[in-house]
Amino acid sequence: MTRTRATEPSSHAATTSSTVPRTRTYEEVAVGEPLPELAIPLTRTFIVATALASRDYQDVHHDPDLARERGSKDIFMNILTSNALVDRYLTEWAGPAAVVQAIRLRLGAPNHPGDTMVLSGTVTGRTDEERRVEIAVRGTNGLGTHLSGTAEVRLPREAGAS
Amino acid sequence: MSGHQGHDDHGEHGGHDDYEARLRAFVGGELTASTPGPDPVNQPMIRHWVEAMGDENPVYVDQEAARATGRPGVVAPASMVQAWTMRGYAAASGASPSARRGFDELVGLLDEGGYTSVVATDSELEFQRELAPGDEVLVREVVEEISAEKKTGLGAGRFVTTLKTYRDQRGEVVATQRWRTLRFRPARSEPAADTGTGTDTEAKPPPLRPRPAINQDNTFWFEAAKEHSLRIQRCTTCERLRHPPGPCCPECGSLSWDTVEASGHGRVYSFVVNHHPKHPAFPYPLVVALVELAEGTRLLTNLLDVAPEDVEIDMPVVLDWLDADPDLSLPVFRTAVTEVHP
Repeated sequence: MTRTRATEPSSHAATTSSTVPRTRTYEEVAVGEPLPELAIPLTRTFIVATALASRDYQDVHHDPDLARERGSKDIFMNILTSNALVDRYLTEWAGPAAVVQAIRLRLGAPNHPGDTMVLSGTVTGRTDEERRVEIAVRGTNGLGTHLSGTAEVRLPREAGAS
Repeated sequence: MSGHQGHDDHGEHGGHDDYEARLRAFVGGELTASTPGPDPVNQPMIRHWVEAMGDENPVYVDQEAARATGRPGVVAPASMVQAWTMRGYAAASGASPSARRGFDELVGLLDEGGYTSVVATDSELEFQRELAPGDEVLVREVVEEISAEKKTGLGAGRFVTTLKTYRDQRGEVVATQRWRTLRFRPARSEPAADTGTGTDTEAKPPPLRPRPAINQDNTFWFEAAKEHSLRIQRCTTCERLRHPPGPCCPECGSLSWDTVEASGHGRVYSFVVNHHPKHPAFPYPLVVALVELAEGTRLLTNLLDVAPEDVEIDMPVVLDWLDADPDLSLPVFRTAVTEVHP
């Protein structure tokens, strides 16, 4: 209950450190603003490495023969990685002081090796009291839509704003 | 969605009301008792994660950078919350701890209903606070809802919605994850995604295919198919091969014939992909192919285990057998390059 760790993002990064990228402030983000697209090459190594980094040893994420036996054409990327890539996409756009509040995804076409997933997003809402910004996200691959949904991040206020 | 709607009952499992009641008994119940992750939140696992994910946000690995953003020190990526409680290699090696008894029982009951395959359809994460090295994470999972049987593109199935609640060492909620999976009777098609839990098992047979029109001219062909032998009719007068079966040689008019066994090799002569209307006995998208056998006759058949966009005219294919039900076996084909023996 008394925990307050990291509940107040700060935009200090903009001015105090040369190694920390700047973070967008809540005030400068507008509904309708598109996020730049991010293309993720889905190499076999990426799919296996991300599965293991998330402690997911299910065979469909690393064993092509067993993946085929289970009716898939090849191994496919796991869901923890879908969440992680949306997480990454949000803070790459917003900056390191942004705090991710929610990632809500509908899951679809699998990410197989050799494909590329392109993430896109648009700001769809703002909530003043918590400085939360809602973003509609979509990840598409060669088969169709891998993921779609909404995410929320909390942004720092403008320096000097109250 | 709470009341069970009239679902298509193919009579595969008797005592339906009883089965429904047993399923409903799980709603609100615990699938996984509160279970601590094997390790507290720690920098090495965070580093492995951000390296693999390609996430260059410095607040996950650099104390200075984290403090520059107003945090007391480095934090874990929000999306990593599920990873702290993953069972890892232990989950893949089989043994299930007693904390997961509810999960195992529900999966067993769904298996009993024929819902042997699983895909995850939704993950909804809400984060209450950021985690930092030293934090401990526990997870508890309860069932929110089990749907009536629905027809889906993957097969008939039920949506199972659960809520995972992640708490810290003080018992405070750090995140929740609503998790929806489809447990279905597989129709031999591509899973949409994985589940993070459980494993798939072999399919139960789908509803019966339409019966072929069997007559005295083609009985031999279907009888041979039951023995997994693909026969081609041959005119014993002029030796011409023909298919589909018929009483009379289209070349010389002879009524005498015998058969030869096909090699099982062929090429896609033409194909269509059937999306609609759907018949419950068939997997969709359904690739209907005209395969030209190495012997020269052509056969209408299905291609299995190949995505429609990967099918090409003249693609080499090999024979396999579909034992659709005890009374019907049919030749089907797979791509020659990715052949998998069942």
